[in-house]
Amino acid sequence: MLLLLLASVAVMAEWLAPHNPLTANYAVTRDPPFGRHVLGTDHLGRDVLSRIIFGARVTLLVAISSVLLGDTIGFLWGVSSGYLGGRTDLISQRVLDVLMSLPALILALLLMAALGAGLSTVIIAIAVTRVPLSTRVVRSMVLSVKELAYVEAAGALGASGARVMTRHVAPQCVAPFLIITTGHLGAAIFIEAALSFVGVGVPPPTPSWGNMLGGVLAEAFKPPWWMVVFPGTAITVTILAVNLFGDALRDFLDPKLK
Amino acid sequence: MRKYLAQRLLIAIPTIFGVSVLIFIAMRVLPGDPLSAISGEGGGTYVLSPEQLQAARKSLGLDRPYVVQYLDWVRDVLRGDLGKSFWRGEPIREVIIRRAPITGQIALMAVILSWVIGLPVGLVGALWRNSWTDYAFRFVVTLFMAVPSFWVALMIVLSLVLTITWRPPLTIAYLWDDPVRNLQMTAGPALALGVALAAMMARITRSSVLEVLGEDYVRTARAKGLRERIVVWRHALVNAMLPILTVTGTALGALLGGSVAVERAFGVPGLGLALVFAVAERDWMLIQNLVLLYGVIFILVNLVVDVSYGWFDPRIRYQ
Repeated sequence: MLLLLLASVAVMAEWLAPHNPLTANYAVTRDPPFGRHVLGTDHLGRDVLSRIIFGARVTLLVAISSVLLGDTIGFLWGVSSGYLGGRTDLISQRVLDVLMSLPALILALLLMAALGAGLSTVIIAIAVTRVPLSTRVVRSMVLSVKELAYVEAAGALGASGARVMTRHVAPQCVAPFLIITTGHLGAAIFIEAALSFVGVGVPPPTPSWGNMLGGVLAEAFKPPWWMVVFPGTAITVTILAVNLFGDALRDFLDPKLK
Repeated sequence: MRKYLAQRLLIAIPTIFGVSVLIFIAMRVLPGDPLSAISGEGGGTYVLSPEQLQAARKSLGLDRPYVVQYLDWVRDVLRGDLGKSFWRGEPIREVIIRRAPITGQIALMAVILSWVIGLPVGLVGALWRNSWTDYAFRFVVTLFMAVPSFWVALMIVLSLVLTITWRPPLTIAYLWDDPVRNLQMTAGPALALGVALAAMMARITRSSVLEVLGEDYVRTARAKGLRERIVVWRHALVNAMLPILTVTGTALGALLGGSVAVERAFGVPGLGLALVFAVAERDWMLIQNLVLLYGVIFILVNLVVDVSYGWFDPRIRYQ
């Protein structure tokens, strides 16, 4: 429910936002909320509400595309590595070990340093942090499914390796894959916000909830509280909505896990 | 046990080298070398002519083949020479020695906090399952799993500044020099990181205790007529500790990552803040070695967790 609401806010940002999120208005900088502007204005006089509404679009765009990209790679990687086994599997496991031995946010920071700040580089950096986790889950699923009698039967009937993999093994991994994918959305939103907050994520002036919070860091003496409270609430509510959705999906797909 | 330990170490060492290769590729190979990244930016501040660029590359040894550069870096690091910060010329070793205690202390305090809050909350939730207390705890836990730690940090700073016009100190004070100032500086970040971690810990504790309580041996213990308290403490909690321990290990990764943003929010001069500024300034040697340090710490922590896992549960050791 909440998620649908957020998605529609993101899609209809143009119609919903009372002001242009990018237009600076130096006459009304740091205007407190509930007056001329519902949620106040920031240090450049930009309307905070409009920036939050447009920020929803950036957040959801980055989260969804990075998770789709990263987890699709993870899915393909996991299925092929698990099915092929042997040396390929061993090497790919070590590569994943390496990717997993940096904390996700640190890995993302490293990649942002290498690729430079930008919307597409944020998506790539977050996607890379998602790959090892989904690969692991899918691979272990493949390993257990591979041993089942019906897969063996398909092979015995003369089905080719590729056919067994796509028609018999991969579909079994879809449920756990969906669970982990929705689980990743929350993490992706957090990483995007954190990167933008420290100033290496989505570059200004594009509004993102993270860089809106980052803007406050320059206000050392009397930081306007509305510039902190509202974008942060937006991040929290979104991650909460995504997490709840993930939990519900898990209960639905895998009642045993409860 | 010794064999198990050796086996774990044998996996950890190549992984550390793998991380160094990853860092090297990211920093030097991917977008062209660091110099072209620096000179291409800054709106013409650092524009170099092709000849100057070539000369600068040569003086920094960036014109050599990648393999030579890589081996050079690894050799220096193994010798304990971490190079200098590109912009400030400060030895990176000193940066780390100066800042690491602060970050380490914050991380440790956050872990302790998460245990002190998370374990009891999870335990109570599991023991009084589906009571009102359980529901209330689960609600709070779900909420705090979603709250970004750096926002909590910002809110703490904000409320301090707006209510008592005071903010935590910004210059380094060590616990052994000036405990009061040190705690003023570290308590906030530790709290911000600790509550998020506590939520995670509570959730794992609850599910892990619930799982153990459903085991046969717990039923046997109860059937023997043991008091509930002994069943819970001696039989259930001890066995439920394993997953909790693992989560502490992985959570430390989240903590190390999260501390970067939290340190930025507080302006605490730890390793995380150094990394943020290094990335912003493209101080490549500093980035390389700091990220490597984070990787080594994370791998070692997980090694310790793995080994203690084998210590607590002999079944794993003999696999």
